[in-house]
Amino acid sequence: MSARNRLWVDPILVTNPVTLHVLGICSALAVTTSLDSAVVMSGALIFVLSLSNASISLIRRHVPDPIRLIVQITIIASLVIVVDQLLQALLFGMSRRLSVFVGLIVSNCIVLGRAEGFAIKNPPGASLLDGLGNGLGYALILVIVGAVRELLGAGTLMGVDVLPLDSDGGWFTPLELFGLPPSAFFLLGVLVWIVRTLRPEQAEAVTESPGTEATR
Amino acid sequence: MTDLLLRAVFSENLALSYFLGMCTFLAVSRRLETAFGVGLAVLVVEVITVPINNLLFTWLLRPGALGWAGLGDVDLSFLVLIASIGVIAATVQILEMVLDRYFPALYRSLGIYLPLITVNCAILGASLFMVERRYGFSESVVFGFGSGLGWALAIWALAALRERVDESRVPPGLRGLGLAFVLAGLMSMGFAVFGGLEFG
Repeated sequence: MSARNRLWVDPILVTNPVTLHVLGICSALAVTTSLDSAVVMSGALIFVLSLSNASISLIRRHVPDPIRLIVQITIIASLVIVVDQLLQALLFGMSRRLSVFVGLIVSNCIVLGRAEGFAIKNPPGASLLDGLGNGLGYALILVIVGAVRELLGAGTLMGVDVLPLDSDGGWFTPLELFGLPPSAFFLLGVLVWIVRTLRPEQAEAVTESPGTEATR
Repeated sequence: MTDLLLRAVFSENLALSYFLGMCTFLAVSRRLETAFGVGLAVLVVEVITVPINNLLFTWLLRPGALGWAGLGDVDLSFLVLIASIGVIAATVQILEMVLDRYFPALYRSLGIYLPLITVNCAILGASLFMVERRYGFSESVVFGFGSGLGWALAIWALAALRERVDESRVPPGLRGLGLAFVLAGLMSMGFAVFGGLEFG
């Protein structure tokens, strides 16, 4: 695979921002009670992440170092406002359900993390691809968690009945727990477990020096 | 008010039922000592910023808020996001300077965590919830304190638990982060139990 393709393929499967770097999980857990909200949220994040990476990269040589964080946050916040207003105009019910979590993309660690970690030292094209890849990696986790929670919690996928409910004469009893917050923690824990079992090099060592993670 | 306070601390805990501030929550909950500093910093910043953002929203950004300036039909509520994050960044910066100047001992133990929490979504989230749920000024003070305390309690408890399970033998893939998620899930169930409490 060419180096350019690696830029956006790697973050989806290998260096996934959610399972490897533990970034951006605030919203990854909250919006996953159903698949459709997970998909909309992923779309919003991919949009903001790609464009913020590209535009921060465009101006990377013109922004003085001491104020670069403020500039980055302003760019990100402006993009998020655009997404938020678009959602309110086009998908009002969905924007109600996502509540504050679209706004919270501003403080999503993935966005600022990629800006600081990639966009300020790479050209715009590569930054756009990097943003796209990381956005898709985030989307993958969100869709998996969202699909499992909606299927087991309500017996539906994207609002369409998949498992016949026992209240309608079927065999499936919805598992209430999957609609509640704790299940998101458990699912993500299991997901991290699976990923790290398949890729043992990502597992954490037995004795860690305290504080290495605090710098993330 | 007690009802609001208890809900903010327990059943609607920002970390465990809204998943806010998760990055910090998982990254610095490895040692109880660091977790204590971060929890305290979040509590302090939230008590200050939520009421400030409330005033800002009521007097400048709310639809019709500019009535006192003769601009009754102006609606600036789309600026909430950028205004809130500005207030938070500024508060953290000022707090850092004040602590450095007047409480050097406190600054040394708390100071390193302050920049970290500018991008903590628990802080921004509390302000956005305050706007979305239309809290008044006194309610916003209670909510800021309650949600900050709830978040701090959650990270202190998780850090204490993680220190204990660090020594236990678990499958290598589950070690560290995976186990932290499972612990957080169990704590989340525990905190949700407080949901039915009624006072007064």
